Order: sequence, then structure tokens, then C-alpha cells
Amino acid sequence: MNALAARRRHPAAIALLILVGLLITGGAYSFIAPKDANASAAAPTASVEEGKTLFLGNCASCHGTNAQGTASGPSLVGVGAAAVDFQVGTGRMPMAQPAVQAPRNAVKFDEDEIASLAAYVASLGPGPGVPDEEYTTPLEAGTEENNHAIAEGGEIFRVNCAMCHNFAGAGGALTRGKYAPGLEGVDPKHIYEAMVTGPQSMPVFSDTNLDPEAKQKVISYLKAQEDATNVGGMTLGNLGPVSEGLFAWVFMLGILIGAAVWLGKKAA
Amino acid sequence: MSATYQPRHAAELRDGDRAAEQRQAGQKPLGGIAGWLDDRTGAAKGTSYLLKKVFPDHWSFMLGEIAMYSMIICLLTGVFLTFWFVPSQAQVVYDGSYVPLQGVVVSDAYRSTLAISFDIRGGLLIRQIHHWAALIFVVAVFVHMARVFFTGAFRKPREINWVFGTILSLLAAIEGFAGYSLPDDLLSGTGIRAMNGFVQSAPVIGSYMSYFFFGGAFPGESIIPRLYSVHVLLIPAILVALFTAHILLVFVHKHTQYPGPGRTNNNVVGYPFMPVYIAKAGGFFFIVFGVIALVSAVVTINPIWAYGPYDPSPVTAGSQPDWYMGFADGALRLVPGWLEFESWGGFTWSMNIFPFSLILLPAMWTLIGIYPFVEKWVTGDNREHHLLDRPRNAPTRTAIGVAGIVMYAVLMFAAGNDLMAIKLHLSINDITNALRLLFFIGPPIAFWITKRICLSLQRADRQKVLHGRETGTIWRHADGRFEEIHAPLSPLERWSLVQHEVAEPLQLTHEVDANGVARPAARKERLRAKFSNFYFRDRVPTVTPSELEAAHHEHETHDSQVEAAHAPEAIEPAGRP
Repeated sequence: MNALAARRRHPAAIALLILVGLLITGGAYSFIAPKDANASAAAPTASVEEGKTLFLGNCASCHGTNAQGTASGPSLVGVGAAAVDFQVGTGRMPMAQPAVQAPRNAVKFDEDEIASLAAYVASLGPGPGVPDEEYTTPLEAGTEENNHAIAEGGEIFRVNCAMCHNFAGAGGALTRGKYAPGLEGVDPKHIYEAMVTGPQSMPVFSDTNLDPEAKQKVISYLKAQEDATNVGGMTLGNLGPVSEGLFAWVFMLGILIGAAVWLGKKAA
Repeated sequence: MSATYQPRHAAELRDGDRAAEQRQAGQKPLGGIAGWLDDRTGAAKGTSYLLKKVFPDHWSFMLGEIAMYSMIICLLTGVFLTFWFVPSQAQVVYDGSYVPLQGVVVSDAYRSTLAISFDIRGGLLIRQIHHWAALIFVVAVFVHMARVFFTGAFRKPREINWVFGTILSLLAAIEGFAGYSLPDDLLSGTGIRAMNGFVQSAPVIGSYMSYFFFGGAFPGESIIPRLYSVHVLLIPAILVALFTAHILLVFVHKHTQYPGPGRTNNNVVGYPFMPVYIAKAGGFFFIVFGVIALVSAVVTINPIWAYGPYDPSPVTAGSQPDWYMGFADGALRLVPGWLEFESWGGFTWSMNIFPFSLILLPAMWTLIGIYPFVEKWVTGDNREHHLLDRPRNAPTRTAIGVAGIVMYAVLMFAAGNDLMAIKLHLSINDITNALRLLFFIGPPIAFWITKRICLSLQRADRQKVLHGRETGTIWRHADGRFEEIHAPLSPLERWSLVQHEVAEPLQLTHEVDANGVARPAARKERLRAKFSNFYFRDRVPTVTPSELEAAHHEHETHDSQVEAAHAPEAIEPAGRP
């Protein structure tokens, strides 16, 4: 202990102390942090009746008892099952509090309940349905045909989506606190539903605009990018030159100045 | 003058002609290969001057070296990249090994950059080393510049070298821009698009200039080959030439040094290049190369395959230039759009863009470049300075520097306003408005705070000189008072704290001449006196020998009392009979 005490005024001591502190805090947090619940169920069963009950209990305060909409929530007549499946299935609805935008959140209902809610809302008026699995299954890279389809999906993505969602789907800012969320790890079904229903600030990409095959290509591109190995190493969040500049200033310059200080102190 | 012809033998005429040559051949100061080389080039003199060159030890003197080494790394890796890169905007179908782009029509420049990244052995590593080294090059240039500024190393006789350095930093930024524009990916194409917009915003000649640069309408097929020539030939040539001049001037001026015992304006205290600094500096090259190579091996930079090929219609969220161009991008993000107006005849004046892009860059670098001359005019100091200022001892200069950095930083951070918005869950509008406000109030606040900190540090130094260093030992007096014991500084320690001179504001000389007529120079002098007052109004005098004497005297009487009171307890070993 004495040897340690003798070095307590060493220039590196404070840096070490901070490092140890951070490690302990971070380590402790990872033990205490709440874990994601993982519930999976096969083939949801839907019932309009049950959906209505759920709706009245959880959604009607903002959307109105007949889903006709109120000052705090839009009408849901004609939004279709796809909108419900997206909003509730990603935890955006029910919203915890009024905000500029509903954030992605822990899912509050199980698949049967979501299907029932969707069935109820779909019964109010015609709208886009939950997409067929045929189009939400990403194409596997490997064959030339699929590779070209993925590349085409990339082109569609860059022209239509990248200006808000960023080139790698890392997300981007919109006005007044709104944002385009990151797309990594999003269920293909939800990506499809978002395109077809245009949630929040997002425009609708209808089937006449981007046909289901094109939507599938976009999804395939996103998944192919996600699955691809990061050939260049860590991506720094895929945020472009800002994170690179920050890295250069903080880490590289930091290390180099550290080396310069060491060399400057070193006796000849 | 008259000459009389006297016949002589031819051999007699040649007498002594060869004496000099024989003498020269006889002299052999150097043997072996060195001697052979010296006989043919005369390099020994210069080399020995170089090897005996003395460098003072301080980490901050190595910042410029980081820049130098990263520039060399850029040159080396750049040569490798030119072997494979094709500077052409001809459209080809990509059929390389990166799956998500197979079958897409891209430019040859983009295809070849993808090939470097995926299909050429070591290509991606070299590309990433090139780009990371470029970032750290400009970082190091700016940090080095800050060191020179804050220590006053730009003062006579080094003003020209400061100007050279200023130009070098501008060239470095332009070189970087030209470089990251070459791969013709979506992000760099957006950057060129923005550059086109800046050029077009110039009143009257804007559209002509744009057509001139792009060889027709944007994007055309000329800009990449042209930027390539600029990037690999024109700017590197100027950069290397100017950098050589920069280094030569360092040799001519000799290195500056921080004040300390035995260091004066007429000497340089340090270690010679051979054998000490050749090891330190050479070793530092490998450290710099090692750090850059390590980072390049584990951290992606500019993933052009993810950006996709350039196409004028799409643009990606998070489109920013590399950091050194960020301040110009940030300025544009802060400027309100209503500055644009239309005059009679339907001409548009893009005053929301023009002053903050085309004018901003030259304006900023001009301000940096002329600073030494402004300060010289204000101080009227015509002496040579080889001893550096400690930043605290030049409070106004330090404060001006920090204010400038704050202004620059506000603009630079503004370029990342969208990323701050999503990462900090804030509104981009609020961030932009806050930064607009900060651009105006930040620098004055920074100026005031910095100056106050500098002055109080000077006062602390003064206290330290007069009363010594705090030891952390607390004594309790018999009457219950507590006192911390101060240890006197050694003369060597003290010297660094008292050696600087404290400048006084210039006094206004007579405004009228002997005949009572107003002197024509008076107005200029008044202005100068005003500036001088601004610079040197607040100052902390250094400790004079008599003050030190008085303080010591006081301490001695005090200490002897204390010692008299405490000596027995202090000396006696604790109660063992």
C-alpha cells in the first residue's frame, strides 16, 4: 500500500483514478440495467371485439372513443392495420407523454393484442393491411439476380430515404426536435409498414410510387448492409465526417500529445 | 599606367597555377564515402550545421513535427493510391466484389476507389492511413499554430514564418478538400455541389466562374480530373516548397525557447540534433506513423461504399465536410436565409451565401496572417524575441486568441447541428439559434474570462515568489491559530516567474509641435495609444528584488518566532522514555 501511496501524486494518477471510476460505474450499471423482455408467440389470433376493448382502454383518450380523433390524436379511420402494427408493434403507441414525436419504445402488447387492435382499426375503414411475408423477407445475397436487386434497393434508398435516414440508415435530424430514426435492427415488416403508412413526419410511399418488389429491395439493401462485415473497422456510428473529426481531435491528438509530453520529459 | 613588355618563358608563366589545386587535394577533412560526397557536393558544412542544431526540450515544440510527419505519411500513401486511382468521370458498370453495388452504373473514379478498398491488397488500409493522416495533419497544423500564437513565437524575426505557416494551413485545408472530393461518392459529390453553389453565389461573375471550373454545367466530366491535378501536383508542390522554406527559416532563426534559468534571447538551451534529437524526432515519426496506422487498421474513415456513387439527385442526412472545412459549412447553417434579395432586373444577390463562404475563408486566414503586424504596431516593439511568452504573461493576446478560437469553434460545431440534435435529443432550431447567439456573445465572454484567468495566474505567481510554495503542512500555534507552512522557491524556480517584462501602455506624446500646430501624426498616435491601453491597461507587476527582500525579511522574523515556539515538540521524539 505504501508504494501506492507514494505514487498518489503521479501525473497519471488522476487519469487512472477516473478510468477506474468509469469502469466501476459502467460495470455496475450493466448489472443493474433493466433487461429487455423477450416474448415470442406464434401465429397471432385477431378479434375485432377484443381489439375494441383494448382500444377503449389504451388509445381512446387521445384518438377518441370511435377512433375519430381528438385535439391530441389523429383520426384512425382508414389508416389500416399496417399503421397499427407499426405504431404499436414498435412501442411508439401508446405514447407515454405528449412529445414532438413518438419515440421507439418497449412494446406494451403481445402479438395477439396487436393483431386484435389492428383488426379493429382496419374494420373502421379501408387502409393498407399488414404486408405479406413474401415482400418482407429480405433477399439473400449470393445469386447475381439478388445482388443486382440489392444494389437497386440501394439506389432507391439513396434517392428516397437517405436524405433523412442517412446513407447507412443511422438516422438524421428533422426540424424542431423531430427526427428520422435509425433503421438498424428494425424488423423488415415494420420498415415495409412505415413506407406504406408514412408514420409521423415520414411521407407515404404507396404501391404506385414504390411497388412491393421495390420496397422489398430497399429492405434487402438495408439488411445486406447490416449483415456486411465492417471492412474498414469500427464505424463510429456511421455518422460521416463529424464523428471522424471528433475522433481525430480527441483520441489521435490526445495520444500524440501524450507521446510528445513523454518524449519532451525524457532525458537525453 | 604603363606596361612594359618583358619576354618570359611559358613554364615560368604557369608557376604557382596549380598550387591551390594541390593544396586542395592534400586536404582530407573527411574520409570514405562522406569525403567523396563532400568533395563533389560540399555538403559537409551544411550537414554539420544541421547535426549540431540545438533543439530545446518541450512537448509543445513537437506539435509541428506531428504535422510534418503526417504530411510525409500522406505523401507516401498518396503515391500508392495514384497507382490505382482513375481520375475519370466516365460511367462504368460496377462489377467488383462489393455486393450491394454490383450492377450499379458509377463513375470510373468511384469504381477505382472501390477497387482500392475491396480488391487491391492493402488498399483499404493505405486509403484509411491516407485519410486519417490528412485529418491529423490539419489538426496538428492548427494546434501548432495555436502554440506559436499563445507563446508569442510569431514576433520579430519570425513574422514571415508565421505568414508562411498561415498559407500552409490554408493550403492544407484546400488540399484536403480536393482530396476527399476525388472518390466521387455521394458525400464528396455533395461537397462539390456545395462548392459549386459557393462559386455561383459570387455576384455577377458567379455563374461564369462555375462554368469555368466545371468545364460547362455542373457536374460535367471535368471536375474530378481537374481536382486530381490540383490534389496530386499543384498544391503538394506548393505545400512542400513552402514547408521547406518554413523549416529553413526555423534553422535560420534558431529555435525559440521557454524562459528559464540560463535561457536568454541570445542562446538556445537544449540538445543537439545529433545524437539526441535525431533519436527523439526520429522516434516520434514512428510513434506518429504507428498511431495513425493503428487507428486506420481499426477505425473506418470515409466509407465510400456505404455512401454510394454520386448522383446529383440524392443527398444523405449528416452531409458534412471533413472537420477543417466544417467552420464554413457551419457559417452557412447559421446565416439566416433572408439575406438573399433580388434587385431590379431580376438579379439575385445571394448574400446569405457569398460573404460566408467565398469571403469567409480568405477573411479568416487574412486575419490570422496579419496578427503579428497588428501586435507589432500596437506595442511598437522592434526588438528580436527568441524567448517565448508564457501565455498568462500576455493576457490580452491570450484572450484575443481564445476569443478567436471560440468564434471558430461555434462555427465548426454549427456544422454538426443536426447530429447534436439527434444525439442530444434537442431541437435543431434551438441549437442553431443558440449558436447564432453564441457566435456574438461567446467571444467577448471568452475574452474577458481568459484575461481575468491570466491576470489571476500572474498574481498567483507573484504570491508564490513573495511567500513561497504551499507545502500542505499545517501548523497549529499555541494560541490555537492554524497556519500553512510555505517553502521558499529556489532561485532557479523563481527565475521563471519573474523574468518577464511587463509592458506599459504607450504614452501619448505631444499632440502639437513646438509652434503649437497640430501634428499630422497625432491622430494615428492617439489610435495607437488607445490600442496600447487596451492591450496593457491591466497588468500585474513582477516582483522586484527589493520587494522580495522585504518579503523574506518579514518571513524570517515570522518563521523564527514560529520555530522558537514549536522547536521542542518538533524535535523531541514522541514519548519513549
